[in-house]
Amino acid sequence: MSAAPGTLPEAPDARQREAGTRGSWRTSLTNRVGLISTLAVLLVVAVVLGAGQGQMQIPASEVLGSVLHRLGLDVGPLPSHPRGEGTLWDVRFPRVVLAVLVGASLATAGAVMQGVFGNPLAEPGVVGVASGASVAAGAVLVFHISFLGSWTIAFAAFLGGLAATTLVYLLSRAGGRTEVVTLVLTGVAMNAMTSAALAFLMFLGDQQAREEIVFWTLGSLNGTRWEAVAVVAPLAAVGIVAALLLARSLDLLALGDRAAFHVGLDVERLRMLAIVVVAVLTAAAVAFAGTIAFVGLVVPHLVRMIAGPGHRLLIPASALGGAVLLTFADLWARTAIDNADLPIGMLTALVGGPFFFWLIRRSRRSAGGWA
Amino acid sequence: MSAIEARGIEVVLGGNQVLRGVDLAVEPGELVALVGPNGAGKSTLLSVLSGDVAATAGSVDLDGRPLASYSARAAARQRAVQLQHQGLAFGFRVHDVVMMGRSPWYRTPRSADDEDVVADAMRRTDVGHMAERSFPTLSGGEQARTSFARALAQQTPVLLLDEPTAAMDIRHQEAVLEVARTLAREGVAVVVVLHDLSLAAAYADRICVLSSGTVRAEGPPAEVLTSSLLTDVYQHPVEVLVHDGYPVVVPVRRRSPENPVGGPVVEEALR
Repeated sequence: MSAAPGTLPEAPDARQREAGTRGSWRTSLTNRVGLISTLAVLLVVAVVLGAGQGQMQIPASEVLGSVLHRLGLDVGPLPSHPRGEGTLWDVRFPRVVLAVLVGASLATAGAVMQGVFGNPLAEPGVVGVASGASVAAGAVLVFHISFLGSWTIAFAAFLGGLAATTLVYLLSRAGGRTEVVTLVLTGVAMNAMTSAALAFLMFLGDQQAREEIVFWTLGSLNGTRWEAVAVVAPLAAVGIVAALLLARSLDLLALGDRAAFHVGLDVERLRMLAIVVVAVLTAAAVAFAGTIAFVGLVVPHLVRMIAGPGHRLLIPASALGGAVLLTFADLWARTAIDNADLPIGMLTALVGGPFFFWLIRRSRRSAGGWA
Repeated sequence: MSAIEARGIEVVLGGNQVLRGVDLAVEPGELVALVGPNGAGKSTLLSVLSGDVAATAGSVDLDGRPLASYSARAAARQRAVQLQHQGLAFGFRVHDVVMMGRSPWYRTPRSADDEDVVADAMRRTDVGHMAERSFPTLSGGEQARTSFARALAQQTPVLLLDEPTAAMDIRHQEAVLEVARTLAREGVAVVVVLHDLSLAAAYADRICVLSSGTVRAEGPPAEVLTSSLLTDVYQHPVEVLVHDGYPVVVPVRRRSPENPVGGPVVEEALR
């Protein structure tokens, strides 16, 4: 093969290599479909198991049968226990569905935030955005504000999350990039401020408000009702769809602000949009379930290890993965100890904390630290 | 009409005047090299041309229209930029990074050629064999070639390159400039910041010598690259030889066969 002008002479196996590239490109498409469908199947398994397990055991076949009957299909057995149907639809399903929505929101918010900051450590919990949302929601509880009915807490959490995200963004960016140390330290300061604010709210509040705030900071899905699902579902849906629409642009942002602009990205506009998306998703996550840490850190990280950093796969896979993780975590939280409902935020922190350590050590090895 | 034209550019950064009244026009099919000592304002001028830095005074026209009136996407269809240092936040593969250069053409009829254009850009820059490798694991020179491929994939009439060859070995230095030369022949306007004056002399149609934020000289390599001008601009004695019809620029070294232990050559030359 003769080299065209302005081209390096090709090595003899260049054609094969090129063919190999194309081939693996197609394979990676199969991988994408494979990953998404695997996670979707896992999610169905998690939901069916989550709805069936508990103090009253309902076999998976009866869970599926009950759902199918509600959908108008006369297939499969109905719950055999007399209170089975009621337990399933009044207690279990709202809780499991909320776990799905909250898990998906947390993981998507983490993925978007990491993309915007260009940094795998950015996560609503770590940088203090989730606790900012909690403070706003706590204020609603303490001052008995209810101008939007059941939406009040979610709306307050959205505003709190938006304020906190904007603040973190403004404080931790310099010269178009975010240093990891600055980001983490901003998070430390943010979390210190929000815990002070929460402490003050608990001091102000009455007994009931105090208990509610404590429940919040621990994070729990205990006692979820359909009203909560009705508020969280649209928020989560809007947030996840918006995140999917931003995916292509978030890829470009990995080039850094200048080069992203050179390939046609309106960087400032993308950041504004992404901050609103993170605030919406954080609000969806914390509005009823409180702060659940590390899901937004762990899930996108694992997906990146399996599927690479492309956001068009990362975001949907993280949403599904977060939903799976939190559904199983919630199942564990309420079945690990008989007749006890452990706070789910405590469990995710128990698992996520060591993961965070590992992440720090790994990055130190590969990048020689973060200074 | 010039492909890109800067008039009366003044830039003040952090209280320092970095550029003072710089004019530069590049025609389609022309390769212009920006040279000059460190801190002369070469990269700043390139940033102004690419739209990263807004000039304190003066204007830039891209394809006859003020650069400031372009949207980010419209500008990206008109000019591509290779930065001196290209970082990457996550471990995207080389193929993905080059494909990012196609994003200005997303959802246009031209996006039908994406795979072919990317494959061609990778072949021209000799990164085809590392298409599947993760960008952050590449060496500096390999990263620079990938960034060059990304800029090529944009298929723009104007190409702005900031020291594209800095981290490259001789073979790839020559290859990158050969590709730039070929693109110029095909009608692209190329502006390239270079430190290697001999490289600039061999490939540029025109050389623009910047010094302390002003244009000291501009013209064909043989006219601009003279010993007296370069010695003055670089504050170091410089000799210009001619080899194969091209000027070759050689610094005069303190140590030479006549003066083996070094000596006051520099001081003499500057006196």
